[in-house]
Amino acid sequence: MSESKKRSGLFLVGVGIIAGILLWGGFNTAMEMTNTEEFCISCHEMENTVYQELQETIHFTNRTGVRATCPDCHVPKEWIHKFVRKIQATNELYHKVMGTIDTPEKYEAKRLELAQNVWRSMKKTDSRECRNCHKFISMDLDKQAPRSSEQHDPHYWDAVDGNEPQQTCIDCHKGIAHSLPQGYDPNMDY
Amino acid sequence: MKKIALKTIAALAAIFLSTAVLAEVQSLRGDKLDTMAKKPANMKLINVKGGIERSFKLQPPMVPHEVDKYEINLKNNGCMKCHSETTYEKEKAPRVGDSHYLDRDGNVLKTLSSRRYFCTQCHAAQMGADPLVQNNFQGAK
Repeated sequence: MSESKKRSGLFLVGVGIIAGILLWGGFNTAMEMTNTEEFCISCHEMENTVYQELQETIHFTNRTGVRATCPDCHVPKEWIHKFVRKIQATNELYHKVMGTIDTPEKYEAKRLELAQNVWRSMKKTDSRECRNCHKFISMDLDKQAPRSSEQHDPHYWDAVDGNEPQQTCIDCHKGIAHSLPQGYDPNMDY
Repeated sequence: MKKIALKTIAALAAIFLSTAVLAEVQSLRGDKLDTMAKKPANMKLINVKGGIERSFKLQPPMVPHEVDKYEINLKNNGCMKCHSETTYEKEKAPRVGDSHYLDRDGNVLKTLSSRRYFCTQCHAAQMGADPLVQNNFQGAK
């Protein structure tokens, strides 16, 4: 191989590496940018409804000043699941453009359906996003109010003994960070 | 002249006495009148296992657990998530009283009457505060 061909080969590899770093870094930065609360509530559909409701709950206002932001609960932490969720989110862009929920009335009319989507996916993943922070192994039932510890007890021991879980967080803890939809029936299996 | 002098002395004495009495007056929390009141202690809602006894017949039972995270609004009633006619058995919670299912004409309704919708209007959650004045009151048995 001639000297010039060798050089242009090296040059191409170098360009490829740099382009790769730039593209991947840019992609990652964009993904992280869309993974902030500021981004979520830059749409009034989120800011005027669910974000206001969140502020009243313990996941925003509490003793210790530690709080959850939108992506903590609504975007998976693991890379592959996060990527899948981001692709699904393109559907949300479509509805943003169409103005599907751009008034409070439209939002309320859709709320049950939207909530059901979230409940269903949380049930499917065994409340994976809850468990990013809440782990039975670190849960001290003695420190809980009697009603809470009684309800948690069987699930606590299932988790400690490594048994198949009978229920998952979202089965009981619906509507803890946002208002429940009108017409929500606690007996229904959503 | 003498009368006026007597009256002045009496008035002065009255003022003196009343300030002396005032200085001893205390509020129920033990604060003096001429100093700033102490900040009341930060109280939390209490959980009482087995419920709180009634103080008089037909008293709306008091809420023996925390309720500050439950909503009662046009769309939802957080209390009914456990106390409604369809959920009380599963949640082992007391069922809402029959009287709460009557409208004002005495007709029996399938769901909670809107007159009884705002639970905390009558059923109060309790703070862990001791009475400011001790007493021997005993509730109706």
